[in-house]
Amino acid sequence: MKSFQGRVVTPGEITAQALVSHGGLNTLASFQKALQFGDKKATCGDQNNADLYGKQMAGKALCLPRTIGSTTGGLVLYCACSMKRQPACMLFSEPIDSLAAAGAVLADVWLEDVSMPVIDSLGEEFLDYVKDEMTIVIKENGMVEISD
Amino acid sequence: MKYKMKLDAQQEAILKGEKGDVMAKVMETMVRYGELFGADSMVPITSRYNHLVTSFGLKALGPVYDLMEKLIDAGCLSQQKFTADPRPLDKKVPSSFIQNIVFQHFMYSKQEYYENQLQQLGLLEKDAFTCTCYMDEVGNTPRQGEVLSWSESSAVVYANSVLGARCNRNSGIIDLMGAVVGYVPYFGLLTDEGRKADWVVEIKTTKKPEAQLLGSAIGMKVMEDVPYIVGLDKWLGTLDDDAKTYLKDFGAATASNGAVGLYHVEGITPEAVSQGRALVREDAKVYVVDDAELKRIYDGYPVIWKNKDARPKLCFMGCPHMSLNQLVSWTEKVEQSLKEAGNAKVVIPTVFTAAPAVLRKFKETDYAGRLEKTGIIVSDICPLMYMNNPLSTSMPVITSSNKLRTYTSARYYTDDEILQQITKGGNV
Repeated sequence: MKSFQGRVVTPGEITAQALVSHGGLNTLASFQKALQFGDKKATCGDQNNADLYGKQMAGKALCLPRTIGSTTGGLVLYCACSMKRQPACMLFSEPIDSLAAAGAVLADVWLEDVSMPVIDSLGEEFLDYVKDEMTIVIKENGMVEISD
Repeated sequence: MKYKMKLDAQQEAILKGEKGDVMAKVMETMVRYGELFGADSMVPITSRYNHLVTSFGLKALGPVYDLMEKLIDAGCLSQQKFTADPRPLDKKVPSSFIQNIVFQHFMYSKQEYYENQLQQLGLLEKDAFTCTCYMDEVGNTPRQGEVLSWSESSAVVYANSVLGARCNRNSGIIDLMGAVVGYVPYFGLLTDEGRKADWVVEIKTTKKPEAQLLGSAIGMKVMEDVPYIVGLDKWLGTLDDDAKTYLKDFGAATASNGAVGLYHVEGITPEAVSQGRALVREDAKVYVVDDAELKRIYDGYPVIWKNKDARPKLCFMGCPHMSLNQLVSWTEKVEQSLKEAGNAKVVIPTVFTAAPAVLRKFKETDYAGRLEKTGIIVSDICPLMYMNNPLSTSMPVITSSNKLRTYTSARYYTDDEILQQITKGGNV
């Protein structure tokens, strides 16, 4: 087991399987089909993201450096949360970007019964170490524990 | 919840609920959002108008419309009039019987409802739908130094870079909430320090680089950082209408292929002109773009058509929306190329998109009739919204927009390649 300490963006404790994107997550390109066509698994539709394309994002511990692309990103994340198709948590190796931050804060402030803990600033080593399907446990204080 | 940010008495009162619970939540959202980026204060928005990214009544975005309704019901309307991104539908754009049913009765069934919400919230006028709101014909053109609460990545990067306004890459909803409460958190691209360049990009190509390709290369390299670009002034000359059009397309590609919110072009963009290399951080990295690098980028684009050799069924130009001088120059180029090929009309259904106000101006010129004779359709649609469904995804669509390529199955070609395909046919 290996642990990484990050910063809490939105708090929560959860255990989930890792899904890793080494490049930036294009939120609109990744989620748009899932939201439009009722895909509860939120299958990633971003053709430019070889790590995630075609994989289920809902319920996974999504590990990524940052999000990129359209400024609809935050509201797309907000909708994914509201429709219960969000990742179990989002774990950023870098400081969070403005679009992902918007989605996380909007969901936390405006949605009553939805939780998507978000931790950022976990460092490059975190993204180098974590692999798909590893088990991830996150704590309220921003500690992320990873085991095979 | 306790906040580190120093709020003035009025902001504090709003946060405590003096203007109602919903307005307090709007302020809470903006404060929490800002604190994540180290903002220690909220500053007033100083632009005349706002711009919103969300213009489409997509059924799947129900939670957004519910949130808008909460704002309207509570009287929390935008303090500024605003423009919004383009509408998703236009009967003039070719679509099949099935596409029409899917578009109107399934995907965009909330369009009328949502436009009504936008009008209640403060839409500038009923046709204020374009991603290029900063065009003179549209009139939402902020001045240097003004503080904005805009979203739409291509508009934000243009406003920051070409106009010298100050705006972060705000998300949809945050854009509106800033204008509702009247303040935005002070961080990032609003600050002098946040506008300094992390990269020096040296352009060493043997010809003027394709705007959309160069923007893609730089976006993918620098991601959300600020690039200071040297050697491009040699190709652009001065910041005239042609250069502004080039930078519009270039910037959209940097913002969609990466997450660039501001770039400086030496000798061209306002802050680069006034401050020069004082804008570059001491530890800036260097990225050299030459012909080989652009070819590497171009060759790396995936083609996700089922049949990679399919004959294109549709061509979209204008993501972001075309400028007036772009419509004029393309009219001339298409006419000339058709003449060379001995064709009267384009051989692939082709749509040029532009802002309603730009199209109105274009129609006052004789170019509009000339373009119509070539068979090209003009529209104020959002090509991206047209493409966002499985029916369109299965269509072989071509474009010279790197933003459209990034978000959809559309296949990218350079402007010259597009011209050849639509006027002469055949794969390039």
